[in-house]
Amino acid sequence: MTLTPADAPMPGRQVALVDLLDRLLAGGVVVTGDLVLSIADIDLVRISLRALITSVSTLTDEPSPPDPADGEAP
Amino acid sequence: MTGTEPTLTYVYAVAARTPGLGEVLARLTGVAATPLTLLAAPGSAEGAPAFAVSQVPAADWNATALKAHFEDITWLEQTARAHHQVVEALAAHTTVLPLRLATLYEDPDRALTALREQYEQFTDRLALLTGHTEYGIKAFITADADSDPLPTGTVPAVSPGKAYLRARKAQQHAHEEHHQAAVRAAQQLAATAARYAAAYVRHPAQSGPLARDQGENILNDAYLVPDEHADAFRADIEQAAAALTGVRVEITGPWAPYSFATPPAQPAETGTGARGAPT
Repeated sequence: MTLTPADAPMPGRQVALVDLLDRLLAGGVVVTGDLVLSIADIDLVRISLRALITSVSTLTDEPSPPDPADGEAP
Repeated sequence: MTGTEPTLTYVYAVAARTPGLGEVLARLTGVAATPLTLLAAPGSAEGAPAFAVSQVPAADWNATALKAHFEDITWLEQTARAHHQVVEALAAHTTVLPLRLATLYEDPDRALTALREQYEQFTDRLALLTGHTEYGIKAFITADADSDPLPTGTVPAVSPGKAYLRARKAQQHAHEEHHQAAVRAAQQLAATAARYAAAYVRHPAQSGPLARDQGENILNDAYLVPDEHADAFRADIEQAAAALTGVRVEITGPWAPYSFATPPAQPAETGTGARGAPT
């Protein structure tokens, strides 16, 4: 019902750290190759940092996903 | 940083090459206040994938240092924001695949080898994401109108203990209904959003220490929206949100396609996340 204002895209607008970490820790390309931190290390770091954002209990009461097949294809 | 100090190569994103990309990079500052450069296979064509990189001091970014840094929320925020700033500036100019935080190689040669090895994957993904933007939609349960303290005035003709338990039960019931209504509202909202999206990702609801202040999060989705539908998407979400009761809705973005940088063939991290593919 209430739509939070200040959601208009503005250059330099500071995004919430929680939303940024959501994307930087769960999203993003994982490249392979001769990395400084191994993929396993990266995974460990990610899992421990995700605890800042999400507690395990929230995984149970999520609404079921919409059907992406309904989406308009570009 | 002096030229002699050992460095590591920090990679921010895969970017589709454009004639002006070098200039965009030259204006940017990366993590640890380092200058950005483009790392591309020699002779690669326009539109081909290239890495946006900077050289960071090895002493502060090696595996041991990184593990310690990751315990430090201040470091984490600074690094995340510096990383994001580069990704955003690139995304305003060309199609990008953001990389995960703290992707580092020993040197540019090794990074280039990795780029070459994944060249086709990156090319395909960049093509799919061109002309699309990520938006986040979050829904929170609004304050429960029925969460008043237990009624004390009217005591029915039963024992105080029983009366208390009855009132408590009624309160819990009301709370549950409020919660369920909010979840239904969030589902409606997600269905509206999905109509415009080429793909979506369901991130787990935010509830950890960093998310405490924002209320109970029941929907935390990312939608990949074709740019020509972006206005209609936003307008429809705003309209749908206004018609819903029991939830507060937040639209975030536009974002670089963080949630869609990896092809859907790879399993979602959470086990509950759904990952649709742009078609």
